[in-house]
Parts: sequence; structure tokens; C-alpha cells
Amino acid sequence: MSTTASNESRSRGKAPAGEKIADWADGRLGIYSLAKANMRKIFPDHWSFMLGEVCLYSFLIIILTGVYLTLFFHPSMNEVVYHGSYVPLQGQLMSEAFNSTLHISFEVRGGLLIRQIHHWAALIFLAGMFVHMMRVFFTGAFRKPREVNWLFGFLLFVLGMFTGFTGYSLPDDLLSGTGVRFMEGAILSVPIIGTYISYFLFGGEFPGHDFVARFYSIHILLLPGIMLGLVVGHLILVFYHKHTQFAGPGKTNNNVVGMPLLPVYMAKAGGFFFLVFGAIAVIAAIAQINPIWAIGPYRPDQVSTGAQPDWYMGMAEGLIRAMPGWEINFWGHTLVLGVFIPLVLFGVVLAAIALYPFIESWVTGDKREHHILDRPRNVPTRTAFGAAWIAWYFVLLIGGGNDLWATHFHLSINAITWFVRVAFFVVPVITFVVTKRICLGLQRRDKEKVLHGRESGIIKRLPHGEFIEVHEPLSQEQLYTLTAHQQYEPVEIGPTVDENGVERKVSGTAKLRAKLSKAYYGEDNQIPKPTVEEYKEITSGHGHH
Amino acid sequence: MSSQDIPEENLPAEQGTAHGAVGVADEKNPFADPGLPPHEHRIQDIDERAAKRSERVVALLFTVSMLATIGFIVSYVTIPNDKSVYVFPIGHLSAMNFALGLTLGVALFCIGAGAVHWARTLMSDAEVADERHPIEASPEVRAKVHADFKQGAKESVIGRRPLIRNTMLGALALVPLSGLFLLRDLGPLPKETLRHTLWAKGKRLVNMNTNQPLRPEDVAVGSLTFAMPDGLKETDEEFQTEIAKAALMIVRLQPDNIKDKRELEWSHEGVVAYSKICTHVGCPISLYEQQTHHVLCPCHQSTFDLSDGARVIFGPAGHALPQLRIGVDSEGYLQALGDFEEPVGPAFWERG
Repeated sequence: MSTTASNESRSRGKAPAGEKIADWADGRLGIYSLAKANMRKIFPDHWSFMLGEVCLYSFLIIILTGVYLTLFFHPSMNEVVYHGSYVPLQGQLMSEAFNSTLHISFEVRGGLLIRQIHHWAALIFLAGMFVHMMRVFFTGAFRKPREVNWLFGFLLFVLGMFTGFTGYSLPDDLLSGTGVRFMEGAILSVPIIGTYISYFLFGGEFPGHDFVARFYSIHILLLPGIMLGLVVGHLILVFYHKHTQFAGPGKTNNNVVGMPLLPVYMAKAGGFFFLVFGAIAVIAAIAQINPIWAIGPYRPDQVSTGAQPDWYMGMAEGLIRAMPGWEINFWGHTLVLGVFIPLVLFGVVLAAIALYPFIESWVTGDKREHHILDRPRNVPTRTAFGAAWIAWYFVLLIGGGNDLWATHFHLSINAITWFVRVAFFVVPVITFVVTKRICLGLQRRDKEKVLHGRESGIIKRLPHGEFIEVHEPLSQEQLYTLTAHQQYEPVEIGPTVDENGVERKVSGTAKLRAKLSKAYYGEDNQIPKPTVEEYKEITSGHGHH
Repeated sequence: MSSQDIPEENLPAEQGTAHGAVGVADEKNPFADPGLPPHEHRIQDIDERAAKRSERVVALLFTVSMLATIGFIVSYVTIPNDKSVYVFPIGHLSAMNFALGLTLGVALFCIGAGAVHWARTLMSDAEVADERHPIEASPEVRAKVHADFKQGAKESVIGRRPLIRNTMLGALALVPLSGLFLLRDLGPLPKETLRHTLWAKGKRLVNMNTNQPLRPEDVAVGSLTFAMPDGLKETDEEFQTEIAKAALMIVRLQPDNIKDKRELEWSHEGVVAYSKICTHVGCPISLYEQQTHHVLCPCHQSTFDLSDGARVIFGPAGHALPQLRIGVDSEGYLQALGDFEEPVGPAFWERG
């Protein structure tokens, strides 16, 4: 924007070195325009906004430690005899992948620490994304204009799961090899092309000699490359949209209230990176993870009991364990429904999560931008969907660990499996209904509080002997905060017969939409928020009671 | 920070119009937005001694970080890699891992804690409002972009010359096919490989643990023995792939306890041989309950009844374990009387 003349005059003065460098960079990169928009950018404060940061930082930690591990890891399935310093395995045949992982763990100083930081950070990354997605879901932060960013985040979650899976398969130990075998079995169940996919992925029959090297390039290059791009896109959109905020005095849909990036968030968010890294390093110092030397190298004819994937694969594991073993044979072919249905269900559930923002915006028909977050109670149906999904997820986690439940709590494995099969259908429904009732109850309580004030805990005795509790009216900030949310009217189809008695055609989708809309915003599905008239009548007419 | 997180008694009782306020207290509407609450000073804002204290805390945290880094280097250089140390209540840990992790963790954590404490106590905590602007472009910009696009498209003559457009689309659609073909050599075609194992008529059953050929009398009642085909060695190039299909489990049953007619026929003096590879997704089955003759796959808990043709009695497996027909050779060793008659392991489309 500045002219060349002013540029020259600027550089001629005795500016400090930092300024000179900045001027130099601005002349080539235009950093001043960028900084003008972002250096004092305002971010609102809420503890839940930190969850995404946990993900970002653990992702960076994974990349840093992962690069270190590649310096020592040999992604090869050549069989070698172990001669390293871990005595119990000396003389054993194992793949070079396993051998080099032992080398990292026992011979490279600090190698074990980096391995454990890498693995712990991966678990925290996935857990962080899970909780971060919950935050975004329950507060409605995915609504316009942020649907695309929801998709970016969703893709990061899914790719994160597969990066984790390919990663923990690399050491070629007995546990992870069993997981890979499970994946191969699942691929074989795919109709028509399953066998071919398996042969192409493994370079022939399982396990072959190729999968470690192939998983390696997927794990360290392909997936993280895509994820890095998505993370950058995700962050650019967060900056571009500006952060959402909860309703409160002075906070509107047209502003963002908080503190500036420089210096407050530079220090807080930058410092938070070190907090996360430090915490993970301490965990890696004291909590062992994936001790492959105790598990041993992979052999397709050996297995240990209590074989479990990392937690984020627990849903898939639960589906596969609870599913009855249906197989249909016809015309010389086999349809392996017992494995294929869980596989499809896994995809369907993921797709539903990805599409949820679009479904909800179709139901509401709302095309406006939303920057003020919902309190979960104020959108009971969405909150109930989310809670039902979480409950379903936990049912499947129980299913995925049914053997551990059986051994730890001395229960019958058959009983647990049957419990999971029934709970798979029943628990989400119960959770949905209960959550919705709780939300409506909380809405009623808010209404009560707005109209009658808060209970002060002071008991007053009236002249005629009656005891009453004194209610204190809320401040205007509280009144505003509790009544700031919008309430939708359910979509109506309108009369299906016009004034001349001619039937009007209503499409099935319109009917479905009206039905869903009623389920979201109908009479029994939200509590009408208190109106000014109600408030005035109670506070002026009858006095406090 | 929204006001619902703050205990009500901590909120200012009286509310004037504060700095940066957008809403105005409205007599008629008690629910109106009162605007941003006034900034409340922290102790550090009004008391220089408190600010000084915060400064010292931050500096202390940064100093601890420096010391921890020095501790990291000292640990790296001095601690032997194979030393273990007892840490209550965790147990025995690698001393090196414990020392490095703890010092690195403290060094990093203190930087973070220092920065956050600095931000919270000494940097301005006044809340500021920033305007949002609609993401959508203004109608003028929108019109301009549409017009520019039409202009560009017109100048490209793509609309007027469909021959160019169609051939271009054709070329772009075909070119990824080369990439698809390049993937062909990722692996061989399955052919019949999943149907065959190393087992064949006359192959002796070799005990997996002792590497010795098995005689019927080596198989005790109530024990589970694992076997592989004679001639297969751990050092073989294709050992893993072959054992993934050929792994065998052998048990001895009382012949009159065998309920399945074919099973009895394919057994030898009550010794039966079944594929060890689960028909669900291919885990090796390894848990045997000698009272009931049930075997359980530890991965997904499919349970098979070895006294009844190894049919599935519980769990997600879809069909029985394949049985290997066995007998004894002239020297009295157990031998296979052929390959498995059906594919071992998980089901697949071509299995039929």
C-alpha cells in the first residue's frame, strides 16, 4: 500500500535491526498486510477451546519424534537373528523391523523415550481430536460458515486412526501382527474384489515380505503429508472465520470478544505447546507403552491372549466381536456378512458424522452465519444424538474388550457378548431419551431462574408465620446470557389441500424434513424461553415471593 | 469467558455501560445485552509488589527449565543404558528413560508454565471486541467475479469449440488409467493359492516345539499339540506365509466321544487334526478346554467344538475349522492323507 518513496524513506532512517529485517521481508513477502490482520487478532477465552490446541501440539510432537525414529528404524521384513543386548530374545529369528525397534529401545540412548513419547502423543492426539470434535458438536460450532472446517477435522480424525494403525504395525511384533492379520481378514470379506485388494496390499499371500515397507511409506509420508495439509487448512479457516464464542454480555454474532494474539495468546498458546510436550515427556518417562520386547516377534501361528488394538480402533473391534458369524454361500461364492457388515457399518457411522452439519442445516433451513455457541441444553435433540453416539461407542469399547472384562470381573464372555449385542440397539435409545429429558429439565431450570431469580438460601418468616425462601433477581448480564439463545420454529408443511379442495403434492423429503424439524424444535422438544412480558408480570405485579 | 462460569456472587451487582459496550441497558427490555462488563483489575495491576512476585515466579520457572536441560545432558552422558531403577509406586524402570524423560519433561513444562503465568498475571487482561465481517462477498464483488469468469471462459473459446473441450475431457479422463495399471504389480493374482497349503499325502506331522515327527502315542489325552508339515523350516524364505496356512492343532479324543461321523473317519485312534487358523479373520486359535473339547480364539472369542466337526458354537466365526485327514505311515508316524479339502483361514468371496 505504501509508495516506493515512503519505502525508501523508511529504510533510510536508523531503524532497529528487527525493523530492518521486517521491512526487508515485507518488501518481498508482504508480511505487514498479513500482520495487520492477525497480529492483534482477538481470541475468546474458554477452557474447551484448548482441546484443539492439544491435538495440534501432539501432532507436532508426533512429527518431531517420528522423524527421529526414522533415523534408526529399518522398514524391512528380512529375517535376521537377534544379537542385541536384550538377553531373553538373543538367538531368535525376527524381522529387521522388529530388530531395529529393539535397537531403538535398548541401544540408542533416549531412543526408548522418543518411542514412548511418539506412541503416547499418538494416543493423546486421537483422544484430543475425539473430545475436540465433541466440543464442536455439542456447542454447534460446526454450523455455517464452519461446515468445511468440520470436514477437515473429521478427515484428520479418520486419517489419524489409520496413521496410528499403520504406525503401531511397523515394529512387526506379535500383537500388531495379529492386528494386521485381522485387517487382512476384514479385507478378504469384501465381496468380489477383497481377495485382490489383499494380494495387492501384501504383495501376495499374508504376511509376505512387503507390508512393513508399504505401511512405512503410508505411515511416514502419505498419510501425515495429507494430514499436515489439512491441519494447515484447518488453522487458516479458524483464523479466517474468527473463533466462536459463548453468549454473554457484550458478545454478539457480529463481534469476537477476548484478548489479542500478541502478546496474550502468543504466550498462552505458545506456552501450552511446552506444557503438552512436557506432560507427554513425563508420561513417557514413567508409563511404559507397547513393550514389544515382552510381546516378541510376529509369527502368524502364534498369539497372546488379551490381544487389543489401540483404543481408537476399539469401536471397529467391538463391531467385529459382537457381530454374529453370518456367511452366505451361493453359486460358488461366499458373502462374509459376519465381517463385511461391521466393516460397512464402520464406514456408515463415519459418514454420518461427516455429514451431520449438512443434515442439521437442512432440517433448520437456516442459512445465516452462526458465531455464538449453543449451550448443549438449548439444543436437546442434537445433544441427545451426540450422547447416544457416545454411549454406543462405549458399548462397542466394552465389546472390543470383552475378553478383558471377562477376566477382570470374572464374567462369562458369552454373557458380555450378548449384552453388547442387545445394548448395541438399546443403550443409544435410552441415552437419547434420558439426555433429552435432562436438557429439557435444565432449560426449565434456566427459565425458572430468569423469572423468579436465584434461590438465596435465606429463609424469611412472614408476620403470619409462613416461611418463604427469598429469591434474588438475576443481574442483567445473567438475564441476557440465559435468554440469548435463538429458538427455531418447526418447519410446517402447510395444508395439503388448498382452498378449492385440490390436493397439493408434498414431496417425501419435505415431509421427512417437517418431521425431523418437529423432532428438533417441536412443542415437547424445547422449552419456550421466558418472554419480557412474563418477566415483567412476575417481577412487577405480584412482587417477589 | 462467559458469565455462566462465574459464581453469581462474584459478578458486579451494579452494571453501568462499560468500555466497548455494544448493547445499551434498556428500561423496556430487561433481557437486553448490557454490553461488556467493566474490566476488573488483578492484584498485579494495582500492587507492584505482587507484580514483582509474579515476575520472580516466571523467572524461577524458566531457570528450573534451564537446570533441567543441564540435568538431561548429565543423565545422557553418565547413566549406563542398561541400568534399572526402582521408583515407588511404579516399579522398576529403565534409569536412562526415567531420567531423560523427567528432565526433558520438566524443562519443557516449566517453559510452558512460565509463559502461561506471565500471560495470566502480567500481560494486559482487558477484553477487547473485534468486529466480524460476513464471509460472503458483497453483491458488487460477486457480480464482478461472475463477469470476470464469463469473460475468461468466453476468451478461452471453450464454449464455441466443443471439439477441443470434449477431447480434452477425454484425455484427462484416460490419463489416470496409466497410474492404475502401474499398481498392477503390487502383487500376484490370488489364483488358487488360498486353497492350498503345504500339506499333502504322506507329509509327516512335526511337533512345533520339539521339531520331531509325531507318533499317535505322543499325543496325550487332554493336551493340545501344535504341528507343522515335515520339511518346513523356520529359516525358510516363505516360512511365515506357509505356516500362516499350514499351522495345525492336534488333540486326542475318546473315539466314542466324537459326534461327527466324518471327523471320526478322518481321525486316527481318536487323534484329530484341525487347522489352527480361525475361520473368522485368521488369528491362531490357542485356548483349549480339555473337559469340553472346545477351542477358543483369543482374538475375537470364536469357540469351536472339536468333538463335533469343530463347528462354531459361539462368537463371530462363520464356519467350522477345516479338518486334516490323518493316518500313520509304515514307521508309525502320523502323516497327512492329503491337503485340507477346503481353504483354511478367513472366508473370502471366491471360497464358495
